[in-house]
Amino acid sequence: MISETGHFALILALGTAIVQTILPLWGYYRRDHTLMRVAMPSSVAQCMLLLVAFGALTVAYVTSDFSVENVWQNSHSAKPMLYKISGVWGNHEGSMLLWVLILAAFGASVALFGGNLPRDLRTCVLSVQGSVGAAFLLFIVATSNPFLRLDPIPLDGKGLNPILQDPALAFHPPFLYAGYVGFSLAFSFAIAALITGRIDAAWARWVRPWTLAAWMCLTLGVAMGSWWAYYELGWGGWWFWDPVENASFMPWLAGTALLHSASVMEKRDALKVWTLLLAILTFSLSLMGTFLVRSGVLTSVHAFAVDPARGIFILGIMTFFVGGALALFASRAKLLRQGGIFAPISREGSLVLNNLLLTTACAAVFIGTLYPLALEAVTGDKISVGPPYFDATFGPLMIPLLLVLPLGPFLAWKRGDILGALQRLAFAAALALLATLAAAAIFARGPWLATLGIGLGVWLIAGAISEIAFRIKLLRAPAEESWRRLCNLPRSAFGTAIAHAGVGVMVLGIIGTTAWRHEEILAMKPGEKADVAGYTLEFGGVAPGRGPNYTEVIGVFKVTRAGVETVTLHPSKRLYTAPPQPTSEAGILASWGGDLYTVLGDELEGGAFSVRIYFHPLVRLIWIGAIFMFLGGLMSLMDRRLRVGAPKRARKAPAGAAAAE
Amino acid sequence: MRLCFAIILAAFFGLFSVSPAIAVEPDEILSDSGLEERAREISLELRCLVCQNQSIDDSNAPLAKDLRVLVRERLKSGDSDREVVDHIVARYGEFVLLRPRFGVHTLILWLGPPLLLVLAIFIMYRAFKRRRAESDAAPPKKLSAAEKKKLEKLLAEK
Repeated sequence: MISETGHFALILALGTAIVQTILPLWGYYRRDHTLMRVAMPSSVAQCMLLLVAFGALTVAYVTSDFSVENVWQNSHSAKPMLYKISGVWGNHEGSMLLWVLILAAFGASVALFGGNLPRDLRTCVLSVQGSVGAAFLLFIVATSNPFLRLDPIPLDGKGLNPILQDPALAFHPPFLYAGYVGFSLAFSFAIAALITGRIDAAWARWVRPWTLAAWMCLTLGVAMGSWWAYYELGWGGWWFWDPVENASFMPWLAGTALLHSASVMEKRDALKVWTLLLAILTFSLSLMGTFLVRSGVLTSVHAFAVDPARGIFILGIMTFFVGGALALFASRAKLLRQGGIFAPISREGSLVLNNLLLTTACAAVFIGTLYPLALEAVTGDKISVGPPYFDATFGPLMIPLLLVLPLGPFLAWKRGDILGALQRLAFAAALALLATLAAAAIFARGPWLATLGIGLGVWLIAGAISEIAFRIKLLRAPAEESWRRLCNLPRSAFGTAIAHAGVGVMVLGIIGTTAWRHEEILAMKPGEKADVAGYTLEFGGVAPGRGPNYTEVIGVFKVTRAGVETVTLHPSKRLYTAPPQPTSEAGILASWGGDLYTVLGDELEGGAFSVRIYFHPLVRLIWIGAIFMFLGGLMSLMDRRLRVGAPKRARKAPAGAAAAE
Repeated sequence: MRLCFAIILAAFFGLFSVSPAIAVEPDEILSDSGLEERAREISLELRCLVCQNQSIDDSNAPLAKDLRVLVRERLKSGDSDREVVDHIVARYGEFVLLRPRFGVHTLILWLGPPLLLVLAIFIMYRAFKRRRAESDAAPPKKLSAAEKKKLEKLLAEK
């Protein structure tokens, strides 16, 4: 009964989304305010209905209702509650339902909190948002319905892939989707701007917080995926340029560029056309990511051709929205008036450079990800594009970006003074040099590029701190004045500094673990010892263990450092019961200097076990850097300007629009 | 993690089951640490053919093990790195290389990103030049009498 309610709500949501798409837009063209006003209640209703549908599916999962095929396929009665719930989005149908729910939630929040938006803009935004929802709801109802029933009812479910039964991965998809889908609002705003032919600083002011929120979620989502892979998959890698990773990374790169170009538009009324294009591209990349992951085309072009229904459908949706948006852009972008002139060396100029490098880097990832698919489809040749390619193309684009990053905030709008900026960064440069020399002294055997990398990381962090120090006139003014300035500094300034420092922290982590990773592959018998990176590990044999839905073999490693026993690590090999599948759990000793990472392998002849012991220096900093970026975004989001300033500015716009009519 | 996303994919689609485990086994490792290091470097550039986007160095598939052992055997018999890779490409095709070779079929792949960068810089340069020409051609308008009066009034207030 509950599932039928959910099913019914899902279909009603589709109907509501269609209404939300057509009536308001029709009203906009006929200047009929009654029709335009439909946008608001219908988007709230669509969100409510999807909430009911999602709730119904969740109830089916929580109560292990195996009469629902989707639950039977992906759940099991013995699964811990957390994974019963995360199982809702741990499969194709459920994750698509989450996708449209988040989409509708973003739409509903514009309807509810967008009272200060110009009426035309709000109507068109909601209509476009509704159309994306309608397309995906049609997709779900037609090809991926999660509410289909089974008869007879099976006794127990098939279970969730054990590798997905992990706390980080339970929350990875919702964040990732909130990021992907959050960019839909930037897209809807862009299309609405093209339809209404009006775009101004108030537009950017409205788009920015939403884009920022989406970007934050995506940052956290990607970082969670990377962290999970690091500890779960058993060899401590954190990024592999896998097509599925790239699918989430491309919108992130484009979204980062969008955030920066939107700030230029908000402050200086420049780069309007480019910002619109970027908003369209960012969401297009999100759609492409959804297509790549959901269609199976990545496994192989042939696997895609075997069961093409879903893939073709999403491809159709993607072609319609991307093609339509770009066509609209091509025909209407000329109408938008360009504003704000600036010199190449200026804050705007530095943000243009940021956009140039980020979008080119994004293009490099795009080419590397799709080229093998395209080549196979065209000539039938199969090639592989792996990490060596991305290291060679993406890496060189990031270095200049990171090198000039600290300079940007020191340049004035319109016309900047690069020598002055460099002077103000002298302290940061000195620290960076010192860090490079220190790294070179500690790691005398190099690699020299990595020591420079450490310098780069310190340069970014010190540069971010320098900016705050400069703005509060630290040491150049009396302490009271600096304190007063610090209190008055807008939160967005802190946000920028924190996020930029986060990039530096991440660089340190990446360099540390890439250049100075230590690895031992050993056959160890109980009682044997191994020395790795200053730690001594004594293998104490293995012990059996069992969890709610698995049995395991646990290795015991006593870790001592400088003769003092620190901790006992328990890497294990698990065998899940449903579905029967082995996984490996690493035993990790985390510290600021790095992680000691142990993995238990198979039993070898003569009672020895195959054992891997790694030391990953500074590896935690990668994810701490990502958290910094998230917090920086959060700080920016709390800025007064976004909460109080936007309505003030936006209220002027409808007055102007009314006068123009 | 190459494996990881393959696993998520596999989990979502129920395509196949993959188990993460140890890749390079202790018994494969060569006693000559110089050769072993070379073997590892080569392994990182070779794809495990039955896996999803995973190098033979990371993979625990039997085929990956065979390839790792093959790489080490060729190195022991005195092959150069290039000869080892050529030997494996001759047997398994270019698909085995994670860094595709530069050629007619990979022109866009290798030249695309740098060309795009050059193109983007060029477009940016043109845009700056055009904007500058426009702003030079149309200098800011002089203030009208009314505006001047308003300005004076504002200044007087201060």
